[in-house]
Amino acid sequence: MRRASLEEFGLPIELVEPHAPVVLFDKVSLAFDDKVILDRITFDVRAGHTKIFLGASGAGKSTILKLLLGLLKPDAGTIWVLGHRVDLMNEEQLMGVRHHMGMVFQEGALFDSFTVGENVGYKLYEETRQSLESVRQRVEEVLGFVGLGEHIDKQPSELSGGQRRRVAIARAMAAKPTLLLYDEPTTGLDPMTSLTIDAEIIKLRDLENVTSVLVTHQLRDAFFIATHEASRTASGAIEMVPAREHKLEQADFVMLKDGQIAFEGSAADLRSSSDPYLQAFLS
Amino acid sequence: MEGIKGALLEVQEYVRLSIAIVRGTFSRPFYAHDVVEQLDVIGLGSLTVVLLTGFFTGAVLALQSGMTLDQFGARPYVGRLVSASMIKELGPVLTALMLAGRVGSGIAAELGSMVVTDQVSALRALGTDPVRKLVVPRVIAGFIMCPILTVVANAVGLLGGWIIAVSQLRVASSVYWQSVADGLYLEDLWMGLIKPFFLGVIIVTIGCHVGLRTSGGTQGVGRSTTSAVVAASVTVLVVDFFLTRLLISVLF
Repeated sequence: MRRASLEEFGLPIELVEPHAPVVLFDKVSLAFDDKVILDRITFDVRAGHTKIFLGASGAGKSTILKLLLGLLKPDAGTIWVLGHRVDLMNEEQLMGVRHHMGMVFQEGALFDSFTVGENVGYKLYEETRQSLESVRQRVEEVLGFVGLGEHIDKQPSELSGGQRRRVAIARAMAAKPTLLLYDEPTTGLDPMTSLTIDAEIIKLRDLENVTSVLVTHQLRDAFFIATHEASRTASGAIEMVPAREHKLEQADFVMLKDGQIAFEGSAADLRSSSDPYLQAFLS
Repeated sequence: MEGIKGALLEVQEYVRLSIAIVRGTFSRPFYAHDVVEQLDVIGLGSLTVVLLTGFFTGAVLALQSGMTLDQFGARPYVGRLVSASMIKELGPVLTALMLAGRVGSGIAAELGSMVVTDQVSALRALGTDPVRKLVVPRVIAGFIMCPILTVVANAVGLLGGWIIAVSQLRVASSVYWQSVADGLYLEDLWMGLIKPFFLGVIIVTIGCHVGLRTSGGTQGVGRSTTSAVVAASVTVLVVDFFLTRLLISVLF
């Protein structure tokens, strides 16, 4: 049955303490036939932090996001998301955890047959009994947040690549998630458009307190997100400024190589690493 | 060995999807507006092709059988032959084959595109079960519309036969319709009406199964579309044989 509101939708967040990791991967392994994708991967993500996964194509970055969402099951290891063992849950239980999560897919994955507004409000329209007026209000609010308010009645095919990604971000945030997952959000976009996407990710993290897990191989975007923060000026405008010390500590990089973690640390640690693979990747 | 393993895996996944469809049909959430939309897409959308197929099949049946019946001086019986052939066999099977070509391929292409562009994953991420949202409404629409379209095909087939009988074979209109009625038993009508329910479900479930298992980008979508049409068409003919065998033993 459709829920009266979003509050009825999800399972409660069951973190053992307020500062417990929002995401915990413990010795997670996954292989497709003979190809090992992830080999005993362990990491955690704290509330309000950003975890950025780097690595060559096929290194298993996107697989981590799919495991987090429960779209894939690991061969071994445990995955905790918001206090729930998602690796043991069935699809129906996973829906309850996914309620607290949003995902921005590569290329956006917008529904072709729906307008921008219907895409953004999909979950509210389809899975709750909220009035059309209140859904429309929320849709306008989030589209305004990503600067696309005037495109609400357009079809996704009428938008540029960058606009489609921003609509995908708006769709992911419409249901006010606690955790947002980004799969290559800037791949294939020009540098200026990529910066607008980076700014949206930073705004969501800093102004809406959303925990972020980002997968990318766009180093410029990864470093920009890790080293900047959003702040409101006296006039209420939002601007991107270099991150202060405590914000810098909240962004971690993870480099994946051959199914394992080759590096984990801050942006400064990554830049100063003498590891030849990291050096080659960064250059 | 790999081929056998692959085929068994396909069967396993098809059975799994079928169970999920049954569960999705009789439990909530149920997306009623998607069912209405699919009734329109599958039913009204296929009407033209079914009308044309039915009409010309009836007409050509009358033409061909008229020539054969002439050899025995039995031309007035042309209506009996057209009605028996159309209602028992050609109506259900040709309608199903047309739906396999039009609806089966369309579903496989649409769902396949959604899979390769991550739209199906996006649905799951947004808390929607793709089977309930995408598959169940199509299956229900196929179950309802295939028999209705078959009745339409039968009707226009008889009409096509009548036009040929009257205009080409010089059979009186009343003789044709009397012959049509004489050639039909209640059991024939049941047989012609029961089969399309099964065939409609088979066409749609195969289209959905193949579409949801698409991989390999746009090339994969093309492969899925072809596979769906081939698999659905062959399955329609095979299932039609076994259903006919079963219905004959039950009804007659």
